[in-house]
Amino acid sequence: MSTVEVVVPLSRPAGDSYLEVPRGFRSWLVTTDHKRIGVIFLFATSAALVLGGVFALLLRAELLTPGRTIVGPLAYNRFFTLHGVIMVWLFMIPSIPSAFGNFLLPIMLGAKDVAFPRLNRASVYVYAAGAVIVLSGLVLGGADTGWTFYPPYSGRTPTSVAPIALGVFVLGISTIMTAINFIVTTHTLRAEGMGWMRMPLFVWTIYATSIIQLLATPVLGMALLLVALDHAFRLGVFDPTVGGDPILYQHLFWFYSHPAVYIMILPAMGVVSEVVCTFARKNPFSYTAIVVATLGIAFVGFLTWGHHMFVAGMSELDVGIFGALSMFVAIFSAIKVFTWVGTLYRGSISLDAPLLYLYEFLFLFGVGGMSGVALASPSLDVHWHDTYFVVAHFHFVMVGGTITAWLAALHYWFPKMFGRHYPQRVAALGTLLVFMGFLGTFVPQFLLGNAGMPRRYYDYPPEYQALHVLSTMGSWALGGGLLLTAVYLVAALRGGRRAGTNPWGSRSFEWDTPSPPPQHNFTEQPVIARGPYDYAREEG
Amino acid sequence: MTETETHLQAHFADLAKQTHAARFGMWTFLGSEVLFFGSLFALYASYRAEYGDAFSRAVRHTDLLLGSANTAILITASFLVALAVGELRAGSDRRAAALLLAGAALGVAFMALKGIEYAHHFRDGIYPGVHYRYAALPEEGAKIFFTLYYLMTGLHALHVVGGIVLLLALAWMARRGRFTARWHTPAELGGLYWHLVDVVWIFLWPAFYLLH
Amino acid sequence: MLALRQAPEGIARAEAADSTSALAGLGEVGDALNQALRRILFLPEQASTFAARVDQLHYFELGLMSGIAAVLGCAGIWFAFRYRRRAEGERTPRVVAPLWLELGIAGGLLGLFLFWWLIGYRQYLHAKVAPAGALEVYVTGKQWMWEFAYPRGRNSQGVLFVPAGRPVKLLVTSRDVIHSFYVPAFRIKQDAVPGRYTTIWFQARTAGAYRVFCTELCGVGHSRMWGKVVALAPGDFERWLAGWNPDAADLRRLGIDLDGVLPGDVPADEEEADLAREGQRVAAVRGCLRCHTVDGTPYIGPTWRGLYGSVETMTTGERVFVDEAYITESMMDPLARIVAGYPADMPSYQGLISAPETAAIIEYMKTLWGPVPPDSVAPPPPGGVPR
Repeated sequence: MSTVEVVVPLSRPAGDSYLEVPRGFRSWLVTTDHKRIGVIFLFATSAALVLGGVFALLLRAELLTPGRTIVGPLAYNRFFTLHGVIMVWLFMIPSIPSAFGNFLLPIMLGAKDVAFPRLNRASVYVYAAGAVIVLSGLVLGGADTGWTFYPPYSGRTPTSVAPIALGVFVLGISTIMTAINFIVTTHTLRAEGMGWMRMPLFVWTIYATSIIQLLATPVLGMALLLVALDHAFRLGVFDPTVGGDPILYQHLFWFYSHPAVYIMILPAMGVVSEVVCTFARKNPFSYTAIVVATLGIAFVGFLTWGHHMFVAGMSELDVGIFGALSMFVAIFSAIKVFTWVGTLYRGSISLDAPLLYLYEFLFLFGVGGMSGVALASPSLDVHWHDTYFVVAHFHFVMVGGTITAWLAALHYWFPKMFGRHYPQRVAALGTLLVFMGFLGTFVPQFLLGNAGMPRRYYDYPPEYQALHVLSTMGSWALGGGLLLTAVYLVAALRGGRRAGTNPWGSRSFEWDTPSPPPQHNFTEQPVIARGPYDYAREEG
Repeated sequence: MTETETHLQAHFADLAKQTHAARFGMWTFLGSEVLFFGSLFALYASYRAEYGDAFSRAVRHTDLLLGSANTAILITASFLVALAVGELRAGSDRRAAALLLAGAALGVAFMALKGIEYAHHFRDGIYPGVHYRYAALPEEGAKIFFTLYYLMTGLHALHVVGGIVLLLALAWMARRGRFTARWHTPAELGGLYWHLVDVVWIFLWPAFYLLH
Repeated sequence: MLALRQAPEGIARAEAADSTSALAGLGEVGDALNQALRRILFLPEQASTFAARVDQLHYFELGLMSGIAAVLGCAGIWFAFRYRRRAEGERTPRVVAPLWLELGIAGGLLGLFLFWWLIGYRQYLHAKVAPAGALEVYVTGKQWMWEFAYPRGRNSQGVLFVPAGRPVKLLVTSRDVIHSFYVPAFRIKQDAVPGRYTTIWFQARTAGAYRVFCTELCGVGHSRMWGKVVALAPGDFERWLAGWNPDAADLRRLGIDLDGVLPGDVPADEEEADLAREGQRVAAVRGCLRCHTVDGTPYIGPTWRGLYGSVETMTTGERVFVDEAYITESMMDPLARIVAGYPADMPSYQGLISAPETAAIIEYMKTLWGPVPPDSVAPPPPGGVPR
């Protein structure tokens, strides 16, 4: 066996990285370099996170008192709708795949770019177009239907539904383009020696995510197209006054939106796998289990959408089937959590910021996932459906899960992407603020839901106020933590200590390139002769 | 410059791999289109289960002749496009261009017939959604049927227009000698797209013209 | 600590004695545990026969999950300490989970999750399939109020009267968009879908008043689309069916605290409150209330309850959003656009009403959401017979 494991040039002097070559601002606008595209998406999705976060802070401020606090009910309904739309489609869905997936996938596979770089560039433009259309809807006042756009209300509301729905439709096209690219890249551009079972686990999750995106997003596109047509032209496919069935819309919408949550969590799980192995310097407790669980989530995730509709008027048989299948899909996530904890066993653990975020992820995603299992018990869901319990559940998994993992990814790959370090102690403070702020915001919401507080409520009986005040104060801490993170990371872009090739001592393939990598990733075609988690003691 | 140098991109090891990747990509794209139209067919199936009789009656009010003519047109067009790709593989670019043009022309004919059909329906007062006012078929199931009819054939027609533009572009490229016997990937991919448009129609045809 | 509405002492004791708790075998102790957990978790009172069972599944799941999480969490934290990195560049052993461990954990968890599903599903079926002989009530949601109709011809708005201790089956639908009928104290919820009837049933354990929330976003008035369930002793319920209209004082004498269930229609802002009161005065003085009711009953003109922020269809078929602009237009040029189903009879107030008065009336209309004010449970329409 060759002792030269991955054939790459050693650390290059500054001035030759993808950030500098080719030069000029215009070159960024027309770039087909997957790394640049990843960085563009990183900044775009971060901006979306800020905008969605502003709406969150506003609506939580409104909830400080019953009745009117800062705005009226129509404005409040728009706030949570825009919060949901921006967070889900402008931030969450592209956050890890389009940013980190784009940057890392080819490098992790030993390729020089994705399969279709021009399609990749087009995906940026289409994302921008979709964002512009959604923002134009925002300027026109924004919809007040919730991010779910249920008819008949979405057809009858006087607010601007069509630009938002169509904007999301366009964003979906960008997603599908990315998915096609990643699927084909994984199949056709693996370097010599990289069998499927030697790929980094992050690649597996990006691959599975892309399959879900490919198959689910078109259905969302159709659902939103119908909502927009109904609102603009009174097409009425779901309008009972012309014989339509509003529940069919829910089936169509949730057929996409349940797999969508797996689009949001699988890449995060991929990040977690990478971080735990690097910072515990350890092979995964079971690589196969994680691969099987990843594919299991992707497949079974398509079969569980009805658990959003237990009280919508579905038949009892449907309720039973969807509930049972939901329990199945939960097992895969449980296996992963168990495997990650097991990976820490007999490892060599270093408590850097990415690992701190990993522990947060395990705790918060664990709680969130378990609350999901509870919600899948139909009788419990009857009480909890459309209350703050559900709001708490999905924020635990999406913020406590995905955003925590996104922060872990940022802190893990920052040196590789930008060639700089950020201050470790400030970062640790950031993780603590984010964690405490998150708990302060969302733990009271589990209790609010138990107490019967409905979601999407502008006004509420006064005895719920104390929990709402706690939650709002938590949101300020969470916002503060995220703001702090943004500040030191942006500062580190220019002023951080320069990073070497492999500051974390990882065995994953992207750490064999310089920090930041050169434009074409490798000078010669790499040959892969070991796995990405090869930390074991020398035998004998 | 060898043709490999013209067409091979830097991140692919050789042209064969690149072509394989392009075809693979096209098939995954077609997969997404199947889901896109598939959701409408799922809606159709659900509503058909609910409004069986009304749907059967409504099917009798679509123009079987025009619909079937359109089926023949699209199948022929697909056949011509397949022939065109074969000609490109054999190096006969001019014949290929002519065949592609013929395919596009048939696509235009399809659109013309669709236009006539829609005009007839409007004349009868058959409009989509709440604007429907066809007295001969007042039941709600018929309203839904025709809303779905406009939606699905309309969406399909948009895809046909895209296909026509695509075929014209490919015909132009063939005429200008942009293809070679060994590399004509855009034409292969375009042909696949056109075939998909045809296949979708093969399902629309019974749904709206035959099943009564 | 928050004080959710606590049932009066007598009813609490009745609850304890009448407990359908699966812990009932443990008697007082089991139910004390039940109530303690219920309070810690902020769950409302268990006012239906269904509620306690659902809560027990909740405790079961929460308890076991907390246990599993604690084990995993302690393991993770212990590992961080025990296996912290001691030297740079140190290597680790290659440890792979044995297959039997992975399969065992997967299988064990799957068994547990499916067990919970089974219990939950059976409870769900219990709540959906009403026993024979249940009293049927039609529940209609419309923006933004609840209406109830009984088979013996009695109707009510905003308050659902039911007999305590008897099963009640609800047939729920909507007049416009999707709503959802939710009674937290009963642990029941059912979406109100236009174009179809959905059903759910419950049995209230004792007499009392319980709040109803709408839990499906339905527009501007969604968060005030509240209602109440008043469970009466069967004798009192028969009286109600026969035409008795109890007010809040009558109900208090029966031990039912109607006012305490939900706050009334109060604007939160002092200034707005003054303006709304002024608007109410102006509306009365200017004669608006001669044709427009404020409690939802249809009369000569459209009722003002729930009107602001809704979408109305005009006689021309045009759909209009009822905002400040439209209301002002209706006052100044009422024949320009008339709501369908109403006569073209409204006189113009151009020059007769000042701008501040107009604003005050609009402010008053904005407060007219949700259920009818608590002191008029089944009000007669003002001034005569409704349409």
